[in-house]
Amino acid sequence: MGQTLAEKIISTHCKRSVTAGEIVVVNVDVCLTQDGTGPLAISQLKELDMEIAKNPKKTVLFIDHAAPSSKKELSNDHIKLRDFAKKTGCMLSDIGEGVCHQVINESYVKPGDILIGADSHTCTGGALCAFSTGMGSTDVAVGIALGKTWMRVPETIQIRVTGKLQKSVYAKDLILHIIGLIGADGATYKALEFSGDTIEGMSMSERLTLSNMAVEAGAKAGLIASDEKTREFLKENRREDDYARVAPDDDAGYERTIEIDAGSVRPTISFPHTVDNVKTIDEIKDIKIDQVFIGTCTNGRADDLRIAAQILCRKHIHKDVRLIVVPASKKVYLDAIRDGTIEMLVEAGACVMAPGCGACLGVHEGVLGDGESCLSTQNRNFRGRMGNPNAEIYLASPACAAATALSGRITDPREVL
Amino acid sequence: MGKAHKFGDDISTDLIAPGRLFHLRSNLPELAKHVLEDADPDFAKKVKKGDFVVAGRNFGLGSSREHAPAIIKLAGVKAVIAKSFARIFYRNAINVGLPVVMCDTDKIDDSDELEIKLERGILIDKTRGIELDFPALPKVMMTILNDGGLVAHIKKHGDFCL
Ligand code: SF4
Repeated sequence: MGQTLAEKIISTHCKRSVTAGEIVVVNVDVCLTQDGTGPLAISQLKELDMEIAKNPKKTVLFIDHAAPSSKKELSNDHIKLRDFAKKTGCMLSDIGEGVCHQVINESYVKPGDILIGADSHTCTGGALCAFSTGMGSTDVAVGIALGKTWMRVPETIQIRVTGKLQKSVYAKDLILHIIGLIGADGATYKALEFSGDTIEGMSMSERLTLSNMAVEAGAKAGLIASDEKTREFLKENRREDDYARVAPDDDAGYERTIEIDAGSVRPTISFPHTVDNVKTIDEIKDIKIDQVFIGTCTNGRADDLRIAAQILCRKHIHKDVRLIVVPASKKVYLDAIRDGTIEMLVEAGACVMAPGCGACLGVHEGVLGDGESCLSTQNRNFRGRMGNPNAEIYLASPACAAATALSGRITDPREVL
Repeated sequence: MGKAHKFGDDISTDLIAPGRLFHLRSNLPELAKHVLEDADPDFAKKVKKGDFVVAGRNFGLGSSREHAPAIIKLAGVKAVIAKSFARIFYRNAINVGLPVVMCDTDKIDDSDELEIKLERGILIDKTRGIELDFPALPKVMMTILNDGGLVAHIKKHGDFCL
């Protein structure tokens, strides 16, 4: 039997042919930590007496979650990260550079790599066909020092999507639909592999949205075969030489295949407080929203901001709504400044913040008040996620977010486009 | 022997170690005072050394923050028993030396007195007078757990020795 993408990539990293279920030690190409997990990783490396990195140029310490810092304790954590980078030669991605998952894919990861990251959405790199997975600080600390980790080769669920998405239906709606279908633990310990002509037709920006949310179904990775779109993305980021074609065998063994007709997917909203609690826009009634947040590693790319700007252009957000926009990276920010997107958003009433995680995890820049509701383009709506357990978070596409900002109620983007 | 503290399904890492306390992550003893606070505000006060956290499906879903199992352990919890676990939490728990047990927790009530025999895969509910079997941890994880977590494992062997 042939191999899935996960089996292929893992095989090349332990120099033998592996199949699902085996436990192997693999070489790791890229490691990342962020400011919430990096300090603990550094403490563990100290504890191990291994304050070194096997591959410092491919070990990236991000300061993105609370960037710039909002508290002295966090500032002290940041000092620890900066000092460690100086000492070991590791790469530092400091405030203003952007969210780890955006920057790592723009600048470090290539098809066929194994990336481990001390952040659950490390699976975003699956869009570039890298076996990318999230782990804790200690696992990543050991990966940094030894250049390897252990893993179980996962079984793969193939998600085949065919046909054309309807107008105003995006990758975000598709992935929310998939998570609703298989559940928040439907792919635990497994890999997802996205394929079919809908996926082949998607831009890298959209593919990154899909892979980013694989973990919301419990998956270890969310892989997509590399192709010309991947090459174009690498070229845009001035590293076309990093391109390699990685594809599954035709007779690869999947645990199961889920077929999805793209044309049947509607604008989809995830309701509080679990991501798999989804409803289509036609199923919901009048829901008042206090804050709209457009950004994050899920939907903070230039395309996402452009879609929002197109809807908000020459209009103004509802007087009872706050709109927060956070570009995912410096590159995204500059692109959106240069093509006028940022200007349109600001004119429409958006509050644009520095690249990073922004309001996503409740540390700063948009913590919700008691009883408030937020519609966000992020990937998670768990109780307390945006800093207040007495608030509610709805997840949707940037188009739905922009339409909602205009009306103050969850709004079907098809009504305004 | 210890007491069961019962929780429901989908206990996320945001409920265990909330993002709003992000600044306490380098101060685990302080963060541990808030463990599971958003799921049960009194938990940190009630829990005693040797007690158990008992939950439903998909315990620990969400973020990769290892601080979540670390503070559960620091609070004195002997093991987390749930119907199922999210992958990263499961791995992190073993790495920090916190046993995780998968079994049908519907049979356990809040406050039941429990005992676990990890090696044998048996959980005893003394209050109810029942025994529940659970699958043994994969061998790799048992090795790491027996060494006292991943840091201790690497210190002992200088490398992975699985
Ligand atoms: S944007 Fe949100 S989900 Fe993405 S890495 Fe930052 S905190 Fe995590």
